[in-house]
Amino acid sequence: MSKKEEIIRVDHITKRYDENAVLDDFSLSVHEGEVVVIVGPSGCGKSTILRIMNGLEPIQKGEVTYRGEKVDGKLGSITRIREKVGMVFQSYELFPHKTILQNVMLAPLLVQKRDRKEVKEEALQLLARVGLSEKKNAYPRQLSGGQKQRVAIVRALAMHPEVLLFDEVTAALDPEMVREVLDVLLSLAKEGKTMVIVTHEMSFAKAVADRVIFLDGGHLEEEGTASEFFDHPKTERAKQFLHTFTYDKVEREEER
Amino acid sequence: MEFKDMFKMLADGTWDTLYMVLISTLLGYVVGLPLGVLLTITDVDGISPNKVVYKILDVIINVTRSIPFLILLILIMPFTKLVVGKSYGTTATIVPLTIAAAPLIARMVESSLKEVDKGVIEAAFSMGASGFTIIRKVLVTEARTSLLVGVTIALGTILGYSAMAGVIGGGGLGDIAIRYGYYRYETGIMIVTVAVLVILMQILQWAGMLLSKKIDKRRGK
Repeated sequence: MSKKEEIIRVDHITKRYDENAVLDDFSLSVHEGEVVVIVGPSGCGKSTILRIMNGLEPIQKGEVTYRGEKVDGKLGSITRIREKVGMVFQSYELFPHKTILQNVMLAPLLVQKRDRKEVKEEALQLLARVGLSEKKNAYPRQLSGGQKQRVAIVRALAMHPEVLLFDEVTAALDPEMVREVLDVLLSLAKEGKTMVIVTHEMSFAKAVADRVIFLDGGHLEEEGTASEFFDHPKTERAKQFLHTFTYDKVEREEER
Repeated sequence: MEFKDMFKMLADGTWDTLYMVLISTLLGYVVGLPLGVLLTITDVDGISPNKVVYKILDVIINVTRSIPFLILLILIMPFTKLVVGKSYGTTATIVPLTIAAAPLIARMVESSLKEVDKGVIEAAFSMGASGFTIIRKVLVTEARTSLLVGVTIALGTILGYSAMAGVIGGGGLGDIAIRYGYYRYETGIMIVTVAVLVILMQILQWAGMLLSKKIDKRRGK
């Protein structure tokens, strides 16, 4: 992986809310075509990393670099990078008063100032890809959670991002909708898209990840390939964490 | 008074009232809408927090809103005279009405814009949208239902204020109600005038609500 060009990197990041350190001296670098999955218990700072990568969160220490260029606090530099870094949120965040097509076309038209005809064509293609062509004139409220999330992914893709950030995109979905959304992510990974994914879906993480980052209490606890991490976790904390996703068969007392 | 004369007087009064109310509300929005946007974006959790700007606007708006309209009418007479050349009549009344309307409208715009989901604003930011694009395409568009309800409330309030202006010869239905009904004890005319005001208010409210429902894409089938 290290041969490929580095796309985004966070260096020695410290982030505090009031006195509580959410991230403590955390570093991560993401290379082209790589799928990095960040796992860890709730409140460990996973989502904060994504938000920092997209400049949505001010940091106290450290720096973010995008293709070697330092992202400073200046608005110009942040908005330029945001165009290249697509983000998909847990609660979709579609614009409720805009149709699905308008949702997808908004940023390419207004931010990137691209040609309307070309943007529309591409938006329709992307919607077809996730099986939502017939919903193009619907409004978000008419869609199921899984459909909304697929639209949100399309909306991010329409910007031609160089890296995609997924922030617990299935956490608000019913189980049967989780699959339809994760399938889209899997197909993007297959295409070689660079992605950083925060998720609680461990079997999905195992399937999609090139690299797994395990975070606890704002620290990087363990890092490794998917099979290293899931099959042979090195740290006690990681073993403990992974154990919470498995259940032992209940043995009823009379059967003993 | 003959019926024909009374009808003409009421028709003219209605027209004058509508003229004052519509123009003042429009001018009120010209001032109040940008103020409301400024309040929203400079507030602590806004998209461009600025304590000083927020506080200054906050105080100015609160002070203006604290002045009872009747007092404001009299207080700014010299200013009104400066602007329109006289301090009575329908056109002159537009000045105090606008001054009363702007801060009220600013507050309503502020509360409407603050209803817009923070996550949606953040999503727009994450796509690289500039603050200006977000104000135009996200804040104002997404808050439009609430903004329109605000317009309805503003029109209703200004209608009420415009009737008060009758005390200083402001013209319109309020003027008629005071001159005939109050000073001349012609209760009949007063009742009819008030009835017209009631009908106007009903129409405004009904039309406003109908329109705001129509543009609300979050609900319905």
